[in-house]
Amino acid sequence: MPDRYHIHTTNTPGQFHRIGKFGGIDWREDCSRCTNCVKPRCCFDVYQHESAHNRSPQASMQTLYECKACFSCVQGCTKGLLSLSANPEFLDMGDDYWKPDIILSNWTQADSGKIPVSGAGYRGRFHGPGFDSIWTDMSEIVRPTRDGIHGREYISTSVDIGLKPMRLNFSPDGKLSTESSSLMELQLPAVLDVPAWPVRQIRLARARAIAAKELMTLALVWARDAAKLPQDLLPYTVPILSGDDLRGDAELLELVRNMAQLLDSPDVPEMAKTVRARKPQAILSVRLTLTPSAADRILDLSRLGFKVFHLCADLQGCERTGSRHSGRHIKDVLRDIHGRLVNEGCRDEITLVVSGGIALAEHMAKAIICGADLVAVDTALLVSLGCRVCRNVHTLHIDGGLRSAGSLSCECPAEIGLQDSEYAARRFVNLMGAWHSQLIEVLGAMGIREVRRLRGEMGRAIFMEEIEKEAFGDLAPMPLKQDIA
Amino acid sequence: MTTIAEVNIPLEIPKTPGHSDEPQENVQREVRPVPERYRNAIGKYRVTRLASCIACGRCAELCPEGVHIRPEGYAYMLRPQDHRCIGPACAKTDHYCIRQCPVNALALRLNPNVECLGDPRWTGDLILSTWYQAETGQVPPPHLEYRHGDSGGGFDRMRFKFEVPEFGTSPHFAAPEKKRSAKNASPAGIDTSLDLNRRADGRPQVHIDIPVYGGGMSFGSVSIHTILAKARAAVAWNTFSCTGEGGYPDRLKPYDDHMITQVATGLFGVREETIQRVRIVEFKYAQGAKPGLGGHLLGDKNTPAVARMRGAVPGNALFSPFPFHSVYSVEDHKKHLDWIKEVNPHCLVSVKVSTPTDVDMVAVGSYYAGAHIVHLDGSYGGTGAAPDIAKKNIAMPIEYAVPKVHKFLCAEGIREKITLIASGGIRTAYDALKAIALGADGVVIGTAEMVALGCVRCACCESGRGCPRGIASTDPELIELMGLDWATQRLINMQNAWHEQMVDVLRKLGMSSIRELRGRTDVLCYMK
Repeated sequence: MPDRYHIHTTNTPGQFHRIGKFGGIDWREDCSRCTNCVKPRCCFDVYQHESAHNRSPQASMQTLYECKACFSCVQGCTKGLLSLSANPEFLDMGDDYWKPDIILSNWTQADSGKIPVSGAGYRGRFHGPGFDSIWTDMSEIVRPTRDGIHGREYISTSVDIGLKPMRLNFSPDGKLSTESSSLMELQLPAVLDVPAWPVRQIRLARARAIAAKELMTLALVWARDAAKLPQDLLPYTVPILSGDDLRGDAELLELVRNMAQLLDSPDVPEMAKTVRARKPQAILSVRLTLTPSAADRILDLSRLGFKVFHLCADLQGCERTGSRHSGRHIKDVLRDIHGRLVNEGCRDEITLVVSGGIALAEHMAKAIICGADLVAVDTALLVSLGCRVCRNVHTLHIDGGLRSAGSLSCECPAEIGLQDSEYAARRFVNLMGAWHSQLIEVLGAMGIREVRRLRGEMGRAIFMEEIEKEAFGDLAPMPLKQDIA
Repeated sequence: MTTIAEVNIPLEIPKTPGHSDEPQENVQREVRPVPERYRNAIGKYRVTRLASCIACGRCAELCPEGVHIRPEGYAYMLRPQDHRCIGPACAKTDHYCIRQCPVNALALRLNPNVECLGDPRWTGDLILSTWYQAETGQVPPPHLEYRHGDSGGGFDRMRFKFEVPEFGTSPHFAAPEKKRSAKNASPAGIDTSLDLNRRADGRPQVHIDIPVYGGGMSFGSVSIHTILAKARAAVAWNTFSCTGEGGYPDRLKPYDDHMITQVATGLFGVREETIQRVRIVEFKYAQGAKPGLGGHLLGDKNTPAVARMRGAVPGNALFSPFPFHSVYSVEDHKKHLDWIKEVNPHCLVSVKVSTPTDVDMVAVGSYYAGAHIVHLDGSYGGTGAAPDIAKKNIAMPIEYAVPKVHKFLCAEGIREKITLIASGGIRTAYDALKAIALGADGVVIGTAEMVALGCVRCACCESGRGCPRGIASTDPELIELMGLDWATQRLINMQNAWHEQMVDVLRKLGMSSIRELRGRTDVLCYMK
C-alpha cells in the first residue's frame, strides 16, 4: 500500500510582533488593595503570563495579547477599575479584503498547522462580496449520487497539472501513437506563488522551494532567483520566464526541470519554441493577468497548444480592468471561464491555476468549486511570516539577498524576506497543512472523495444570489435607505 | 410583579400517556428580578463621577432608573450603577443628571467595553438586551436594539411591515411607557401554544405553551447547572429542553416530562431506559454549526463524571462520527425511527437535520419515514466546538432553509401533517417570529439561553477548562460561578419577555394565535 499523503507540521512560533485583538486597561491609581483581586483568578492565567513576560529580561517590549475578552475580570473587580479595549493597531491591519481576523487566523494556523476551532456559533456577517456569497453543500441522509462516506485519510487532494490527453491513439500495427503526456501530479491543489508586490526575494524563494518539496507541490520563483537555488530544490520549482529573460540569458533554461511558466506576451509562442528546443518534456504554463478578456486569450492560446494557465487576479481577487474600478471577483470570472471551456469541449484538457485573493482555506475550496483546478497562494504565505498586508515601501527586489539586515532600508514591520529560509518554510508548511486539513473537512462534509471531483461542482454549492431569490423573492421589498424606527 | 397567571395561560399540564414514572417537580412560572451575578454589570453607557462631587444627592433624587444611589446613612454616593442608564435619550427629560449636577461632576459616554462585546451577528446591543430581559423579564428599553443584529442579511434585513412607516402602519412599536407593562402587551386570548403531533397516528398529543423549546446541549459541553436550569425553565413554561447526546443525568429525572433525549451518531449515553423516559426523542443527524462533520468533545472537558455518563475513558477526546453509518436511505431512516417507536410506544420522534441544498427532499423523506417533527438546524447555529471553516461556509443559513422546506411541504400536500421547527441563529423573539412567518411552526433556541445566563460569546467554550463564565464548563471550580436558582430564573424571565413580544406582534398583526402567523410572508418585507 503506498504511503498516504500527510503534511508533517511542527510547532513554529512566529518570530514577529504579533498584534492581538483585545487589550486590558487597568486604572491602578484607584485600586483599594482589597486583596479580592480578580487577576489571579483569570482562568486563562493572562495576568500571570503577562507579569512573567514583563519581568523576563529576554522578553520583548511588546504586549502579549492573550486576553480572550471574557469580561470576568472587568465584571469582577471590586472597584470596577478594569476595562477592555479593542486594539486599534489590530483594527488597522490589512484592508477591506485582508481583514484583521483573516490575518490573525493565518498567523495562528502557521504557528501550529492546526485547524482553527472555536466554541459558539459563527460571528461574522451574514454574507459578503466575493467568496463570502457562497456556501458549500454537505451530505445528508439520502444522497444516492455521492461517493459515500470515507475515512478522512482516504480523501485525495491530489490534482494533475499539464497536458491531459483525452484518448489514446494507436497506429494500425497496434502501437501507441499518442505522445506520452507530460503530466505532473501534485498532492495539494495549491502551488506556492511569488509575492504579488515587490518583496526581498531570495530567502523567500528558497523557503517556498523547501516547503514545496515537503508538501509535494510546486513553488513558483522568478528565473533569476531560481539560479541561486540549490540543485536539489529545482525539481520542485517552476521558473517564471519573461521574453527578456530568454533573450538575455539562455542559460536560465537549464534551471527548468519539470515545468516552466512564461509571462504572457505576444511572443509567447516563440518563447515556447525556445524552451521546448532545450527542454522538450517540460510542462509549459502561461501566466496571464486576469482581465475581462482572459477567457478569449485562454482559448486562443489553447488552440496553439498551451494547456496550463495561471490567472493572476489582484490582491482582492478581482479582475484587473485597467481603470480605477476593479472588475468581477474570481468566483464569477472562474465560473464564466470554466463554462466557456466546457462549451468549447476542451475543459478537461486544460489546467487552470488561479491566484490573488486566496486568503483562507475556504477560498481554495470555493475557487475550485467555481472552476479552478488549483490555486496559487501568494499573499497568504507572506502573512504566515507576519505580514500585515500594509504594502508599505517594500521597495526593491534585492538581488544580493544575503546582505545583512542592517544594510537594508527595511520598512516592512514584519521584516519579511529577512527571516531564515528554514523557519519560513516551516511556517509555509504549517499554513498549508492547516489549509489541507480544512479542505478535507469540506470534502468530507460534501461526501466527495477527491478534490478533482470538486472542480466546477457548482451544483454542490449554494450561491447567495440564487438562494436569495428563491427564499425571499416573494417578500415585499423595502428601500435600502428606509428609515426604520 | 407580573405573574403569568394574570395573562390567562393555563398552567395545568394535561396528563398524557408516556409520562415518566418518576415524581415530577413543578417550577413556578413567575417573573422575579435576578440581577447580574458579577459585581460590575456592563451597560451600554458609562457614567463617571469626578472627585469634585459634593455628594449632595441631587442625582439620586432625579434618576428614576436607579443609576445614582446613596444608601441610607452614607455620606458618599455609590459608584454609578451605569448599566441602568438610558443614555443621551435622557437629555430630553427633566431628570438628566448630567445637566442638573450643581458642580458638573457627572459625565456620560458610551461604555468603551461594549466595543469588545459581541460581533455582527450578536451585537453588543443584542447581548445587553438579552441580559436585560433575563434580569427583569420585560421587553428591553428603546436605547437597546433588541430585535435584530447587524449581520447585513437574513433576519437582520427583514422587518415586519408594521415596523416600517411606508407600509402605512404605526411608526414604531407601542410607546415606550406602554412597552414595559406586560398587561398591555399581553391581552387575553392571544394564543402562543403549539401542538407537536400532527400525524394523527394514535400517539399522544404533546402541547407546548410557547412556540420555543431548548436545543440539545450535552452533559460535558455545558455544566450540570446549565442543563438543569434549562430543564426547569422548560417546566415553568410547559415546553421542552433537550439532553443533547451526552447521556441523561439522573438529576434530570424530575423533569422527564419536559425533556427531549437525543440519539446522535456517537450514541453516547443512549439506553432503552432513557428513551422510555421521555415524551419526545430526537435523532440528531447533523448539527448546523458543523454539518457533515459530527461532534467533538475535547479531552479536557471529558472529566470522570462526563466519561462515566458517556461510557468512555476520562481525558480522551470524544468524537461522534458523521453520519449514522446505519442510515444511507429513507428506508434505513424509517427503520431507525421504527426502532425508537418500538422502544417507546408513546413518544414523538423528531429528526434534526442541517441544511444542504436538498433540505426540502430530506424533510419530505423524514415525513414518510414517520417523523413527527422535522427540526432544521441552520448553519449559523451555536456549538461547543467547531472548525471555523464549517461554521461559516458549510450548508445554508436557516433563513433560506425554512421557506424552501415550507413551500416544498405545502406543494407535496403534507405540510399539515408535520411540525417544522427551525433553529440555528434564532437570537431574539423577533427572529423566532420571522422564522415562523417564513414557514416554521416553532423554533429551538440555544445561544440565546446561554447569553441569558451571562455568556459574552468569547468563543472559548472548547478550550482547556471551558467557559470562563461557568456556563459551558465541566470544571468543578468554574461550575460554581453560576447557581441553579439564579440560572433558572434568568431563563424564565427571558422567556417571559419573549412571550410578551410575541403576543404584542400578533396583536399588531391582528392575529389571535401564533399558528396563524405560519407562512405569512406577506406581513414581512425585505431590504433587497
